[in-house]
Amino acid sequence: MSDHHAPEPLAPVEARVAAIETVLERRGLLDRSLVDAMIEQYEHNLGPMNGARVVARAWLDPAYKRRLLADGTAAIGELGYGGPEGHHVVVVENTPTVHNLVVCTLCSCYPWPLLGLPPTWYKSAPYRSRAVREPRALLAEMGTEIPDDVEIRVWDSSAEARYLVLPERPAGTDGLDEEQLAALVDRDAMIGVARP
Amino acid sequence: MDGIHDMGGRQGFGPVGARTDEPVFAADWERHAFALSGVLLLHGLATMSSFRHAIERMDPGHYLTSSYYEHWTTAIATLVAEAGVASAQELADLAGGEVPLSRPAVTDGQVGPAAEAPYAVGDEVRVRDVHPSGHTRLPGYVRGRRGRVVRVDPAYVVPDEEAHVAEPASEATYGVRFEARELWGRDGDPVHVDLWQRYLEAAP
Repeated sequence: MSDHHAPEPLAPVEARVAAIETVLERRGLLDRSLVDAMIEQYEHNLGPMNGARVVARAWLDPAYKRRLLADGTAAIGELGYGGPEGHHVVVVENTPTVHNLVVCTLCSCYPWPLLGLPPTWYKSAPYRSRAVREPRALLAEMGTEIPDDVEIRVWDSSAEARYLVLPERPAGTDGLDEEQLAALVDRDAMIGVARP
Repeated sequence: MDGIHDMGGRQGFGPVGARTDEPVFAADWERHAFALSGVLLLHGLATMSSFRHAIERMDPGHYLTSSYYEHWTTAIATLVAEAGVASAQELADLAGGEVPLSRPAVTDGQVGPAAEAPYAVGDEVRVRDVHPSGHTRLPGYVRGRRGRVVRVDPAYVVPDEEAHVAEPASEATYGVRFEARELWGRDGDPVHVDLWQRYLEAAP
């Protein structure tokens, strides 16, 4: 380490994280309880099951759906959802003539309280670059063919709004209750790359 | 800044690939990288904007060849070093090898405050053709393009300021719809981008 002109080999990333933790701890800045609470919250408590419950409620309750589309933040708050990356939620509705697709071209913005942390593909260069330029071709590649007479509306989460897609309720689900309907809704449908 | 992170509309990245089931965190160090971002925010060593900008300032080659949480790790190390909490050498000594840091922020050429009255839903606007060297949430692919306001959002802290100054201003943001022909020169599907008021001007 005495010759600072020779580049050192890169430390493995896990050693870099450990080094940062060590210096924060030495300076009295590492709050272990916060670290543990954040990991617990995002690994176990938040995830697409929350968004699916919102969608199922909207499918069953027309008044709730109206509130959800008018003020997403307040309506998810009725079900107890909110917090970081959920302070301004906008819900966009799929219809027979409109299909919505969510992306963050600049980084990885995503409605954490409703969907948890984003999957790797959502944060990938191919998805971020292509979703705005050629959404129809991208969706077809990802297995979702959108008919030519349906407009795809892409939403680039570039400011504070975080988007949730409200998918169309599938046919033949008339008798199902909220829990059964929620089971039909997965993460990809609420981003807009799939349909239930 | 016109950085590698500004990926909207770039070509050549290929297919998205399979969407396989994956755990929230692929390794224990990812859990800790994620949580350390919260520690930095709690102690005022980062804001959301300075954190994003620290990722944007990564060496572009490193950005493209490293994983998402390696981006976070590099940003966290950079902010810790820039705050004087630890030197790059102390981090390297502890890690047993180089801890790469992002390049320094360059903050000239910021976008000035909004000069026009607020816009309303339905207004035709044009995105200013500005190229700030610091942090911005104005994606390159809409600069100079015309769109229509579809949603007016409340005032939020302006990220261009929050990344660089202690008392950033707040401004209204707008959901703006751009037709594909305006963006890409051919028919296609519209894109909506959320933009702070200072990024916009009334369409001539």
